[in-house]
Amino acid sequence: MIWGVLQFPGSCDERDALNACQIASGGGPGHARLVWHEETDLSGLDGIVVPGGFSYGDYLRAGAIAGLSPAMTAVAEFAAEGGPVLGICNGFQVLCECGLLPGALLTNERTRFICRQGTLVVGESDSPFLAGLEPGQEISIPFKHQSGRFFAPPEMLEEIESRGQVAFRYAPGQNPNGSLNDIAGITNEAGNVLGLMPHPEHAVEAFSGSTDGLAIFRGPALAGAGA
Amino acid sequence: MSENSPHRELGLTDHEFDLICEKMGREPNGVELAMFSLLWSEHCAYKHSRKLLRNLPTEGPRVVMGPGENAGAVDIGNGYSVAFKVESHNHPSAVEPFQGAATGVGGILRDVIALGARPIAILDSLRFGEPDTERTRYLVDGVVRGIGHYGNSMGIPTVGGEIYFEPPYEQNPLVNAMCVGLARTDEMVRAAAAGAGNKVVLFGSLTGRDGIGGASVLASAELDEGDDAKRPTVQIGDPFEESKLLECCQELLAEDLLVSLQDLGAAGLTSSAGEMASAGGTGIDIDVGLVPLREADMEPFEIMVSESQERMLAIVEPDKVDAVLALCTKWQTASAVIGEVTDTGNFRILKNGETVGEIRVEDLVDGCPLYDLEPEEPAEWTYPNRVDIAADASPSDIALALLGSPSIASKRWAYEQYDSIVGSRTVHRAGTADAAVLNIPESNRAIAVAIDGNGRRVACDPFQGTIEAALECAANLAVVGAEPLGVTNCLNFGNPEKPGVAWQLGRAVDGLAEACRALEAPVVGGNVSLYNETPQGPIYPTPVVGMVGELPDPEQAAGENWREGDRIALVGPFDPSLAGSELEKLRGQLGKGLPAREIAPVRAAIELVREAVRAGVVRTATDVSDGGVVTTLAELAIASGPGCKVDLEPVLVRRECSAEDALFGEGPGGFLLAGEAAELEKLAGQGVDLELIGEVTGNEIVAVAGESRVEILVEEARAAFDSLEERIESDQAGLTH
Repeated sequence: MIWGVLQFPGSCDERDALNACQIASGGGPGHARLVWHEETDLSGLDGIVVPGGFSYGDYLRAGAIAGLSPAMTAVAEFAAEGGPVLGICNGFQVLCECGLLPGALLTNERTRFICRQGTLVVGESDSPFLAGLEPGQEISIPFKHQSGRFFAPPEMLEEIESRGQVAFRYAPGQNPNGSLNDIAGITNEAGNVLGLMPHPEHAVEAFSGSTDGLAIFRGPALAGAGA
Repeated sequence: MSENSPHRELGLTDHEFDLICEKMGREPNGVELAMFSLLWSEHCAYKHSRKLLRNLPTEGPRVVMGPGENAGAVDIGNGYSVAFKVESHNHPSAVEPFQGAATGVGGILRDVIALGARPIAILDSLRFGEPDTERTRYLVDGVVRGIGHYGNSMGIPTVGGEIYFEPPYEQNPLVNAMCVGLARTDEMVRAAAAGAGNKVVLFGSLTGRDGIGGASVLASAELDEGDDAKRPTVQIGDPFEESKLLECCQELLAEDLLVSLQDLGAAGLTSSAGEMASAGGTGIDIDVGLVPLREADMEPFEIMVSESQERMLAIVEPDKVDAVLALCTKWQTASAVIGEVTDTGNFRILKNGETVGEIRVEDLVDGCPLYDLEPEEPAEWTYPNRVDIAADASPSDIALALLGSPSIASKRWAYEQYDSIVGSRTVHRAGTADAAVLNIPESNRAIAVAIDGNGRRVACDPFQGTIEAALECAANLAVVGAEPLGVTNCLNFGNPEKPGVAWQLGRAVDGLAEACRALEAPVVGGNVSLYNETPQGPIYPTPVVGMVGELPDPEQAAGENWREGDRIALVGPFDPSLAGSELEKLRGQLGKGLPAREIAPVRAAIELVREAVRAGVVRTATDVSDGGVVTTLAELAIASGPGCKVDLEPVLVRRECSAEDALFGEGPGGFLLAGEAAELEKLAGQGVDLELIGEVTGNEIVAVAGESRVEILVEEARAAFDSLEERIESDQAGLTH
């Protein structure tokens, strides 16, 4: 499985994501490469990560400009063909901005940036990213964001819930930002696009205290997905 | 000469102005005067501290770059070096806390970036007044948000730091930021201009009117009532620009396109270009007409002294200029050739080809007179005392009061606002160990970083207090198994022209020199921030020490998680005293003097603890710090869960001290270790004092010393320890940036 990790000016977790993809794929630089935001040729890649950070400075609205970038146009085509796409934090915001995922991410309820280790509960989504996880399973993943409050209008939220698009929820009592229904991550209807506010790429090495994030990166290979 | 002579308004003395005229053989014009006023300011010329700093030990086998470069650097093996430096942004933060702190972080990052290193960690040392005033809460909120805003947006983890609350910082807070970077040793660049005919390229943000005179007007004078009017001299930070600048610099260096590189900080182009020419023994021409501007109608002097952020200056061989400009375009950062290196020894300012100023580089950069201090030890304690605890408080009440005391209480509300994990190196972050630990797989090891400086103890005794700051850093490294490699420091003091402050400064530098020699930890860089005082008086003298060490195995670092049944040992020459302690502060009884303590036995204890941690024989290791043994035990219990039961009788006997000294006294050289009894006993008989004082058990913290007894529930202790957040945030709702 060969991953492409998007790099926008202002990305900051792209090397972490690259590292996670390489570890999850069995190591070695041949398993992942950075994709510059002006690139449109994703041939040869089996999965895409839209990483965390502050793309283009996020001065307009988190993810708003990145959603319009040439690389994201290519990612939309990649996703339409069923390729697995993982948006983490700012990447989740970007996927919502460009319409690959429903809903929006608002500023945290307490308006402050928050960074802490927390627990997620795996949802019922039929997604290649969840292939190595069981519904109801708890995983330890760091939360770190300032605009992570998931929001959708009532009808849309109802649809997301009824179609089983909720991939991860914050464990009871751990919702750090005021997200509706404790939602931490959702998929598109097809399940191949996952947006996740917490950071699985920061839970792949033992010294960090958790390796629970590996399962998410290994999911697509396990599910036999890939473009 | 009239009161409002231009040179006086710019902060130069009459004597300094005369000296400039003498060196130039004429009076300087407006552009030249502006440039002199900045480079001859305290902030740039270190004119009251440079002589003292010569006493610091700066050499060691691992030193790659020492003082004088943008940052210091030490070798960590396998072809890699770690670069680091701490710098202050106190006065800007006093005037505009959010931008002041943000640009403080931005500035120290650029110092490390300029060496060709990639920043991998930020630490902060902050000082505020007591949290019961609205001003302090406003400053805390702005500073913490500002640090987070810049570091988080850049993707550099903030992994540690400290915050103290003391009345003398009420009007003059301290914001010291430390950056640690990683570089391949053979790819590091120096900041010296070289090669007449080489081009000078300015890249990064556009140059605007922000920060004009920051170094002279703001950083080199006392603060007073009218300082809100100085807000325009505070720079505005843009971490997105700096993020692009970082990636751009890394790529320029990887492609070997630069001769040298320098960041633009205080005094902008004047100091960057001047210092590059000075370091290289060259001349330099800068044409202000070629500088990309934010406002078209800027005067030459404004362009030369603007402190607009996120800018770098590079010396480039003529045939590589196109490639450099192309990479800048890739990273969407403005760039322009603005001048060239010459062999004249002169710094010439042109505007569209016409000379508007010309100064000998030597006069500008090294010509400022250095002053001798006129120290005089104050006869008495000169700082305020206030009572914050009842005279009849029981030992248990005292323990809870100490845990809730703002300088000791949990700062989780602050450090959770910082991204502490981006970069995938963080093993231990703030709150999980005394020092931050960062994994460096490039050289098969990890580094540990600590920053410390208790200004109150330095106020009591500048010499002993500063020694303790360095020992505290070394102790913090030891408990994660790390050995010191190098030291950086930021000397935050009041007005050095006042004899009492001059005495504090001299004694503190002596103490730092003595401690660093004894620890064999060379001082590879630092910063001096003077004139930290207001009409209410000076700050506590606050030397902040930053220390970098190495450890072979990041996973061996002991954490703060003892288990039921572990035995507890008190290790080291720790001889507790209430002098200068947190308890003495709460009682309003602070006064001059700390007991003198020998460094050698402390170093022996540090080494014993380091080896024990590396051998993996202890589960928990921490040094006895602010608030003494009981406070330190309580912090371990809060972090771990189970309580403890200890009897300090052996301390009373060995040190012949009072029960209060044993329970709450402070001083260097004490460690608390927890683990298997057999393993702890093996550490005895190695020439370091060691007492088994109790065990981990139950849900209470029980500490007995003679007739005195502390007995508090872990939950009570936790509530006290977590009480600061509410006090800090009581009136912050709705204040956002």
